[in-house]
Amino acid sequence: MIKGKHLIEIDDFSLEEINFLISNAEKIIKNEQDYSDLCKGNLIATLFYEPSTRTKFSFESAILRLGGQVIGFADAMSSSVAKGESLVDTIQTISSYADLIIIRHPKEGAPRLASKHSSVPIINAGDGGHQHPTQTLTDLLTIKQLKGSIGNFTIGLCGDLKFGRTTHSLARILSRYPEINFVFISPEELRIPDYIKEEISEEYYQETNSLENSIDKLDILYMTRIQKERFFSEQEYLRLKDSYILNNGILKMASEEMLIMHPLPRVSEIATEVDNDERAVYFKQAKYGMFIRMALISKILGKGEIL
Amino acid sequence: MINVSKLKKGIVIDHIKSGNGYKIFSQLGLDKLDDTVVLLRNIPSTKMGVKDLIKIENDIYLDLTVLGLIDSGVTINIIENGQRKKKINLELPKKVYGILKCKNPRCISTVENVGDIEFTLVDPVIGEYQCEYCHEKTRI
Repeated sequence: MIKGKHLIEIDDFSLEEINFLISNAEKIIKNEQDYSDLCKGNLIATLFYEPSTRTKFSFESAILRLGGQVIGFADAMSSSVAKGESLVDTIQTISSYADLIIIRHPKEGAPRLASKHSSVPIINAGDGGHQHPTQTLTDLLTIKQLKGSIGNFTIGLCGDLKFGRTTHSLARILSRYPEINFVFISPEELRIPDYIKEEISEEYYQETNSLENSIDKLDILYMTRIQKERFFSEQEYLRLKDSYILNNGILKMASEEMLIMHPLPRVSEIATEVDNDERAVYFKQAKYGMFIRMALISKILGKGEIL
Repeated sequence: MINVSKLKKGIVIDHIKSGNGYKIFSQLGLDKLDDTVVLLRNIPSTKMGVKDLIKIENDIYLDLTVLGLIDSGVTINIIENGQRKKKINLELPKKVYGILKCKNPRCISTVENVGDIEFTLVDPVIGEYQCEYCHEKTRI
């Protein structure tokens, strides 16, 4: 049962629960108007301790489209944090006002800590370089909508696989679906952590630093940004930031059916000329993100059809 | 070789890796006991080459978690009437609370007072534990 659950990392939900959310989001996509009052009377807090435009707007659009209302902050310095209030105290206070708390925090594990002290469910909207489960749900819905099913494909995850939280969550959950092969494409310094690889059978993944040499094998190419904010050294960031740039030239080597996904925001890793290619689905992906968040929020609040 | 007489009643912590004896001695607070306590260091061992050994002439409570974390290879012999009554082989605890600290500078536990952190054993061979918050692994 999803009602009342925290979503801190994707593993908090069973595959059955995830598939239920995806099918629910697909119903919302078909008949969005039927859901516009589903969360009327619910107050939801969005606590964003680090800057985020996209994720915050996606959550808030989802809440408003369900008829719910939003309180929160977009910058920790405009909150009581500036006065030195601890996360635990903030959560204990806000959970007495809101029905659900959505939190983004630069420190890894902050939403887990919040969940221990909250009387209402917590959704992790990203904690540093660690977990970003609703991005993963977005990615799964995108794949389901555009490929028809989740399974029997080869996905290339490309870019910063060390600090990129979206690729960590995605790889972990996809490893639970049938017959999915992974190609991890990254510079040596930004290899995917061992604890992620340990969850995937060895015959189902390979590692490479060459996008050109692996793109023809892929059914899905998942590009990620090299994230400046995750580096301790500016020099190291500058050296690695342009490791992969997807342009029309490289795309010629790819299958006509390949999907190009990206969690956004993009910097330079996908040339803007690629946006017009039919295989580029990253803006559609952003819209699916709102729909899966509508499904997630309503189900955690126990609204509508239940599992 | 120095000889220490056999215990009639008490605890013998044996097979301590050479060098760990003093750590165990300190962590268990044996210096605060009024009972007779002997710490032997670098004594010859057929199995280990050299080992440390501790004898305590009383039956005290031993924190097996602390012992396991310092040296999971030790054996504990409970002695009564000059005979071994019980032998305990230690293994690393599956979960530990409040003993390890997370070394990941990006972990929430470095900036918030999170209380005792739960660390879960992920690799008993190398003694690796995982932080409940950031999942970063740390070795004991």
